[in-house]
Amino acid sequence: MQIGPILTALRRHRVATFLIALEIALACAVLCNACFLIVNRIESMRITSGVDEKALAYIAVDGYAPEHAGDLNARMVAGLSALPGVKAAGVLNTVPFSPRQFINGVTTDPAGQHYDHIANMYNGDAASLRMLGVRLLAGRMPTQDDYRPIENNFEPKESMVLVTRSLADALWSREDPLGKEFWCVGFHFRVIGIIDHLAIPQPEGRGAGTEEFSVFVPVKPENQLAGTYVIQAAPQDLPRVFREAVLAIPRIAPEVVFDHEDSGLVSDLRERYFRSDRSMIGILSGVILALMLVTALGIVGLASFWVQQRRRQIGIRRAIGATRADILRYFQTENFLIVTLGILIGVLLAYALNIVLMKVYEVTHLPVAYLLASAMVLWALGQLAVLGPALRAAAVPPVVATRSA
Amino acid sequence: MMGYYMDLALRSLRHNKVLTALMVLAIAVGIGASMTTLTVMHLLSGNPLPGKSDSIFYAQIDANPPLSPSHHNEPPDMLDYQSAVDLWSAHKADRQTLVVESPVKIAAQDVQQPPSMGMLLSPTADFFTMFNVPFQYGGPWSADDDTHRSRVAVISADLNDKLYGGANSVGRVLRLHDADVRIVGVLKPWRPTPQFYYVVGGRFSHGQTADYYAKPQDVFTPFFTSLQINDGNFEQFNCWEAPKVAGHLVGAGCVWIGLWVELGSAAKVASYRNFLADYAAQQKAAGRIGYADNTRLRNLMDWLAFNQVVPSDVRLQTWLALSFLLICLCNTVGLLLVKFLRRGGEIGIRRALGASRKQIFMQCLFEAGAIGVLGGTCGWLLTLLGLQWVRAQPVAYADLAHMDLVMFGSTFLLAVLVSLLAGTLPALHASRIAPALQLKTL
Repeated sequence: MQIGPILTALRRHRVATFLIALEIALACAVLCNACFLIVNRIESMRITSGVDEKALAYIAVDGYAPEHAGDLNARMVAGLSALPGVKAAGVLNTVPFSPRQFINGVTTDPAGQHYDHIANMYNGDAASLRMLGVRLLAGRMPTQDDYRPIENNFEPKESMVLVTRSLADALWSREDPLGKEFWCVGFHFRVIGIIDHLAIPQPEGRGAGTEEFSVFVPVKPENQLAGTYVIQAAPQDLPRVFREAVLAIPRIAPEVVFDHEDSGLVSDLRERYFRSDRSMIGILSGVILALMLVTALGIVGLASFWVQQRRRQIGIRRAIGATRADILRYFQTENFLIVTLGILIGVLLAYALNIVLMKVYEVTHLPVAYLLASAMVLWALGQLAVLGPALRAAAVPPVVATRSA
Repeated sequence: MMGYYMDLALRSLRHNKVLTALMVLAIAVGIGASMTTLTVMHLLSGNPLPGKSDSIFYAQIDANPPLSPSHHNEPPDMLDYQSAVDLWSAHKADRQTLVVESPVKIAAQDVQQPPSMGMLLSPTADFFTMFNVPFQYGGPWSADDDTHRSRVAVISADLNDKLYGGANSVGRVLRLHDADVRIVGVLKPWRPTPQFYYVVGGRFSHGQTADYYAKPQDVFTPFFTSLQINDGNFEQFNCWEAPKVAGHLVGAGCVWIGLWVELGSAAKVASYRNFLADYAAQQKAAGRIGYADNTRLRNLMDWLAFNQVVPSDVRLQTWLALSFLLICLCNTVGLLLVKFLRRGGEIGIRRALGASRKQIFMQCLFEAGAIGVLGGTCGWLLTLLGLQWVRAQPVAYADLAHMDLVMFGSTFLLAVLVSLLAGTLPALHASRIAPALQLKTL
């Protein structure tokens, strides 16, 4: 296939060629970045919570008198545990994907002049930790003595805590975190165990890399932590058990107001939390489809025009010996060249767009794979779009050459 | 002449219906996507207090004690109790109000409904006049009610509908937490966008700011009254020491109160700035705060901009839609070019019969404009569909998505502008067609 004649022909249609190349370039830039954003969102939605989501439900109530918090806890835990199907119930301040979060600046400096990181403090009793089902990587789980009373409604003054691998790495890089200490507004924490995963309640809320900055502080709830509970049931029973628990609350604690919005199966809370990401993925996919369609139609329109315009030349070429395949290949090659030009400009645009996105949103560098994939898709799209007009061109009979127009 | 051009354009559009439909569709989809997102942008980034926002300021000092780990280059978004009350009671501004929000248990005594949780806003009397809050029944409480800690409340239209079926409930008694308050005012439906008087922490929210567009609180009680009746339920914005009693933040090492002031002239703004600086210096000298030179007095729109109130997803959608429109524009330029050049023969005849280049150019632009009007109409319908979709989204601003007159006009303006822009280049090409050459090929 000779490229020379094609280039000569394209040079005579500079404007149209450039327009279609520009359209492809823009499509390429948007396609790469939109796919990249989709993949980023999907990845953040697939975060490991570290807890047994299918078997856990979170129950939040408000409106109780703080001075009777201990009594409320006793009634709630006893009442919830007694429900058929409930395996266990415990007091826990929050769970992954709950709107309630307990984020605090923590520092490894005893003088505490700078916060090193912001972490979420999970405060729970022994039953809640067993239910969460976090996996210990090193160290030990808290013993009976480690569950201590909370002071100032915050934390125990001296806590023996579990931290996630991710937070330990951030605080002490590669040093062994076991036995290490950190502080928060004068409260002291010592690490007794490392857990592999435990997501913060709002994992997208604090920036990349902080999704698992969690601490589990074993506590005795007493009067200082109340109103939030976890229950555990067999996964297949859980939806029913949760519904029954909600119905039972007015009987167990008539004075409280059940918080419909914040409570739910942990798997439902996850679904609710990522709803906006899902709709964004929908929008991005919709735009990708629409722009591919528009681009393909543009190619079809232009190619049809060129075929019609060159009927006579095609006829002459056929008359002097070109086969149908030659004509077909001519238009296919022409399209390939235009799309390639578009992709070359598109790569530059894609990187420019990526740099803008990096400044405004928390995205990283666009991996080359996305550019390659987009190029493939656009080449295929171009070939598919040009096929119809090219076949029509190939069907032009040689006899056209003898006609005047 | 215009009529004739229009006739020519419509004839040409009818001549190749598929190509026309393709162009109209491309413009319609591009316009539909862009206008949906631009409408949402327009709603979310608007001025919530037009005509007055320049004289409304958010006052900040850095209440952190010396060597606090919470200290940054920017002062905390809120004030501690002592600073807030000191600054407020100085009454150095034309009007001033404190604001703090807290969850509260609400029950109406004479209504057969179980208690519910709602949000309580605790401002001072000036709040309602400063922010043009509209009343349906009754009115705001007085400055005396602030100082005397009167048990009075103003309730939202929504709560009034829920508890009293929308009737005039002024004078009825509401139970908040464990205290009885008398309703003195009921608001008209009021939906400030965003909920500007309680926008804090935007710089820590990583673009997830949709909740700034939530509906106003259910109940409003005087600031000092609220401290008594809802004690134990206040939430800190940040603390440098753990409060002794949870939810009781008076005297605690926490920031949790906002201060808004109204300043009618540039001179007053300047003197209030000095007042803030002097207060901070004096408190630093007393050893209570550590950073005297860290005060701010931003006006309302600057404060909203500082908090980046428009959610990053909305901004991303807008950019996405606009780049899609750009692609549609390229596409339309290409198709129009094809269309005009395909009619080269016809244009050649017109030129030969005496049409000037300018006339050919205008004829082509008319055709492009007609496509724009058609595309704009379809695009407007698609925008309505798009806004319907936004209203179905689980976001705080969903109920706000509607098209106002400005955006309705902009839709058609944008569509025609885009199509004329798309038509210019092809029209130029068409007008350069040489009459003789084309006649020969006929």
